[in-house]
Amino acid sequence: MSPPPFRIKPYGPKAVLLEWPARLEMEILFDILGFAAYLKKGRLEEPRWEYVPIYHSLTLICRDEPVNLESLASELRSWYQSYPGPDAIQTRYWELPVCYDPEFGLDLEEAAQILKISPETLIRKHCDTTYRVFGIGFLPGFLYLGGVPDELRLPRKASPRARVPKGSVGLADRQTGIYPQTSPGGWNILGKCPIPVFDPLREPPSFIALGDSIRFRAVSRAEFDLHRIEAEVGVYDYSKKYGNAAG
Amino acid sequence: MLQVKEPGFFTSVQDRGRFGYRHLGVPVAGVADRLSAGRVNGLLENPEAAAVLEMTMQGPVLEFSDPTFISYSGASMEIFLDGQALEPDQVYAVPGGGVLNCGRIKNGFRAYLGVKGGLLTPLVLGSRSYYSPVTERSQVKAGDELAYTPCTDYTPKILKWSHADHIRERELLAFPGPEFDLLSQIQREMLFSQEFSLAKEHDRMACQLSELLPSHTISMITSATLPGTVQLAPSGKLIILMCDGQTTGGYPRILQLEENALSIVAQKKSRDRVKFCAAGY
Repeated sequence: MSPPPFRIKPYGPKAVLLEWPARLEMEILFDILGFAAYLKKGRLEEPRWEYVPIYHSLTLICRDEPVNLESLASELRSWYQSYPGPDAIQTRYWELPVCYDPEFGLDLEEAAQILKISPETLIRKHCDTTYRVFGIGFLPGFLYLGGVPDELRLPRKASPRARVPKGSVGLADRQTGIYPQTSPGGWNILGKCPIPVFDPLREPPSFIALGDSIRFRAVSRAEFDLHRIEAEVGVYDYSKKYGNAAG
Repeated sequence: MLQVKEPGFFTSVQDRGRFGYRHLGVPVAGVADRLSAGRVNGLLENPEAAAVLEMTMQGPVLEFSDPTFISYSGASMEIFLDGQALEPDQVYAVPGGGVLNCGRIKNGFRAYLGVKGGLLTPLVLGSRSYYSPVTERSQVKAGDELAYTPCTDYTPKILKWSHADHIRERELLAFPGPEFDLLSQIQREMLFSQEFSLAKEHDRMACQLSELLPSHTISMITSATLPGTVQLAPSGKLIILMCDGQTTGGYPRILQLEENALSIVAQKKSRDRVKFCAAGY
């Protein structure tokens, strides 16, 4: 029996951590998603077990009893042998509107200057890239997006803002993403997305899932206002109009 | 209804927590000190998951519109029901219109007030625990009305618990965290030989410790964190993630506290001391 691609590490009495090789790769992300889906089917079932997959790791948390690491590890190894692979993973593609007007894009000019390109080119490159959701965490609905092109690599701001408005779209280092809530933050703010990516009154509260891909679409102030109102009154159609199931 | 006349310093409704949404970045939340909340629900013969009021530093003033039974536990505080002083870890009948005056917390940091049947504030993602922005607010404010089912007839099976001894405890049972192996010998020795004191930065999300370990340059890819995870920041600062703690993080996770150790930490205030004790090595 060949060893699985992950290492199994104890993580306190009720959790166990599976670590794939420390690389940011789609193949690894999809293997994690596929194996998690396989475990959820009659092996380590929800809600008794909680799953936190992100980047190259999968944390399994048991809600009630302490886990017996030795027997769980041997089960995990044997389940990986019978796991057919991540073929059936369904991911979705989302197009999120972003208004890059100076009112929202607080650092757009400065970021373009640092990158030695025009603000228009920065917007175009930011929108031309398809990003992959490698994790959701830190704050409710915060997406860890991978795929920022090298020519858009920017340092974080020297001093973080105490208050970045909810919906702001930021760029820093290898990461870009949306602030799901108003919070402190050190990313360069390029624009604002009118669609709340996290809503606790929806089920599920985040329509975007791990493994999905995302593109930003530059919209005018008028379209921004329209989508904001649509989202507020609950008629913005997440599933059909701006996203599709094709992956 | 339980009417909030004065909110106190930081008072919130908490149950055992919000499960099943960590993969979307939603922290578990729930009572910071499960042992104390469990004592209250035990005396009132409530389900383990019944929602209670968690009171921090300075308690609230509350009015009960309908009769019920109450109990409080955790940190010690002066507490009066219509002028009569109450003891911790006992059940008291409250008449309709009864006013409960909760004072300043003395020994410990958080006290818990339970109501027969539990508080019935709205469920959000399966839990009544306050955590902003999942719930609208993170604490109660004056004028709030918290629902409960009135109760006039209850004979408790247990009349009284002896005093909670975890409040004074300072030893925290700790398992090795996923990155424990990356620590140097000196870091490991310091971690388990000396005492640490709570910095003033401590709340329901995280407790920072004042004393530093030697700084490090360990870098890792962001991965899951849990309540009770002890992180080591590059500066050498130790951070204990609490019930409202973030679900993922990028600092090495050097220890994972045993569950009761979290209740012990939840009762500490700035400058109080704790000591890590190795478990499972």
